[in-house]
Amino acid sequence: MAVSGLATRGAFARAPRRGTASRLLEDERWLAAALLLPTVILLALFIAYPFVEGVWLAVTNATVGVPGKFVGLANFEMLWNDSIFRVAVWNTFVYTAVATVFKLGLGLWLALLLNRNFRGKAFTRAFILLPFIIPTVLSTYAWKWMFDPTFSVINWTLFQLDIIHSRINWLGDPGLALISVIIVNVWRGVPFYAISLLAGLQTINPELQEAAAIDGAPPWQRFWHITWPLLLPVTMVVVLFSVIQTFADFQLVYVLTGGGPANATQLFATYAYQLGVGTGLLSQGAAVSLAMFPFLLIIVVVQLLYIRRVEVH
Amino acid sequence: MPRIGRRKFLKISGAGAIAARTGGIAAILASGKAPAFAQGATVHWLRWNDFVPSSDVLLRDKIIPECAKDLGITLNIEMINGNDIQARTTAAIQSGTGPDVICALNNWPQLYADSVAEVTAVADKIGHDQGGFYHVSTVVAHNGKKWLGVPWCIVGAENAYRKSWFDAIGVSKFPNTWDEYRAAGKKLKAKGQPIGQALGHSFGDPPTFWYPFLWSFGGAEVDKSGKKVVLNSKATVEAVKYGVAFWKDCCDEGGLAWDDSSNNRAFLAGTISSTLNGASIYLLAKREPDKYLTEKGTPLWQDIRHGIMPRGPAGRFSCQLPMTNMLMGYSKQQDAARKFLAWITSKPIYQAWFDSQGGYTVGATTIWEKDPIWNKDPVMAPYRTVGRGAEFPGYPGPADRNAAEVLSKYIIIDMFAKAVQGMSAEDAVKWATSEVQKVHA
Repeated sequence: MAVSGLATRGAFARAPRRGTASRLLEDERWLAAALLLPTVILLALFIAYPFVEGVWLAVTNATVGVPGKFVGLANFEMLWNDSIFRVAVWNTFVYTAVATVFKLGLGLWLALLLNRNFRGKAFTRAFILLPFIIPTVLSTYAWKWMFDPTFSVINWTLFQLDIIHSRINWLGDPGLALISVIIVNVWRGVPFYAISLLAGLQTINPELQEAAAIDGAPPWQRFWHITWPLLLPVTMVVVLFSVIQTFADFQLVYVLTGGGPANATQLFATYAYQLGVGTGLLSQGAAVSLAMFPFLLIIVVVQLLYIRRVEVH
Repeated sequence: MPRIGRRKFLKISGAGAIAARTGGIAAILASGKAPAFAQGATVHWLRWNDFVPSSDVLLRDKIIPECAKDLGITLNIEMINGNDIQARTTAAIQSGTGPDVICALNNWPQLYADSVAEVTAVADKIGHDQGGFYHVSTVVAHNGKKWLGVPWCIVGAENAYRKSWFDAIGVSKFPNTWDEYRAAGKKLKAKGQPIGQALGHSFGDPPTFWYPFLWSFGGAEVDKSGKKVVLNSKATVEAVKYGVAFWKDCCDEGGLAWDDSSNNRAFLAGTISSTLNGASIYLLAKREPDKYLTEKGTPLWQDIRHGIMPRGPAGRFSCQLPMTNMLMGYSKQQDAARKFLAWITSKPIYQAWFDSQGGYTVGATTIWEKDPIWNKDPVMAPYRTVGRGAEFPGYPGPADRNAAEVLSKYIIIDMFAKAVQGMSAEDAVKWATSEVQKVHA
């Protein structure tokens, strides 16, 4: 008994001492908090801090180099009466809505084509991504050249084909300028849709299609009753990302038109830049940026609710 | 040989350097900021990519070594697109770090008045030594109390035109009045040789044309005090109506989408007959005579002449593009940067840079219009006096922050653009007036 008792005491003495940290980490709640901490710090630093700083700027009268004082909602009141801001809001909605519809339609069509078997499939899929891979500023400069009122290759081609007899003022006409920037946005965005939807298409079990085909369902019915419902969750996520990006688009319009002519292509982001950087009115620029937030929030919430409903079904 | 350890070396060299250079740590503590020395200092100078590439080469290859030799300062020159300077300036001021000296365009110094360091002594001495600054350089770089930067140069804007094309319609010299210019432009456009003028959102060509156009009809955004908005006037409406007629009769309508380089390309390609621009079109055509040719195959530069802005009912006006070197308030090299600014703007050093410009710019001080460079090429002669009588957006009031805001929002430019696109002149003026009033509210 005595020997046994000694051995037990010796073994206990040799066991490593556990510190407070070790003991805390054995608690799942503390462990979870510790594992989440790096992410929380990153989010706080790079998402929350800039956002809070932006909100603060929007309620001050800060200009470049001058911190400013709290002015409440004065900047938003100013925007409410600002005719250029109203034009920018309208343009942003038109730009986002029209571009998203075309990107979705063309992207889906392209994805369905790419989902088929044909020679050079891998090459074509890689090639399709080019507009998405090329830096936007670079490709937009190429488009600017193509839309140039004097040297437009598009005008030249249409002229040679005897389709037009006087040149089209792509970026100089207010209506056409907005259409032109939408065209470039669609061109740049279609690959993202196509590749994302293609990934979604490839998760659909081909047996479903085959069974429907055997039952005599024509292609359109197979698409509408099988492909589309199964692709919808992916589509909604893709549309969500795309809407956010398109709504806050800046560089494309900045390079192509600078928001002109006469603000015909002014968007939220370009106007925020013009006020904040061009004029040094940081607070008003921040207010324009922040004005995007409720619109985007509504769009995102509606889409997320819809995605959840689709997933439940 | 006794060995000196790492710790001992740091102790000796650090203490020695501080003691030798500052006269003790007490001085540093009393000043409340880090000491700055010309010797061994590095000055970071941000400026635009010059439209005259040989000037950038000169700065890199000759000015940098000269600066090190004369001042012991390592000069770090960064050149970026002119449109991006404001974004860099804003980021630098807000973060409190960036280039020590920023070469600003237009009246940008007024936007950053609270963020620039004192350079009045340097600017006053340069002005005193070189016959004084031009009015346009003063209004953009001085806020009535102090210099916000040291004026650097003025990019001249004159009308480059095709002599043979004007000759062909019976106009042997550049039109003196808007009526004469419109009559000539009408004939030229009918021949497929329109006048080309930018009317879009770009910082250079649109303001330098449309602001003086407005002034020459008696229109202005504010009165002399700069406090009362007077844009909605009969003169402004007349200017807008005339502007629309001039546009329809004479101009390449693609100009609504042009940026500052579009008219250069159009002129060099032979699609327009005249355009208000810096001398870059002529200088480039002259530098590459085999590349830029007329329709007859002769060198294009031989067919280019320059004319000053036509006169309107209220007189002749011009708007030029002044540049100013701002010493930034956050700079930790302020003494060195001041020495650099005094050195680079001094006559012997500036002369080399001025020569490299070949007349594209004139100095901000009046002595440079007497330089022999202007005798070399009579075609460049109109650019010699661009500094005289030039006004700046905000005229007849000050080129202050409000004027800068009206300019950067392109309100005056868009007033003309809206009318050209079909809005009535009265409504376009009303819209612009309400926007200018909001800026001044």
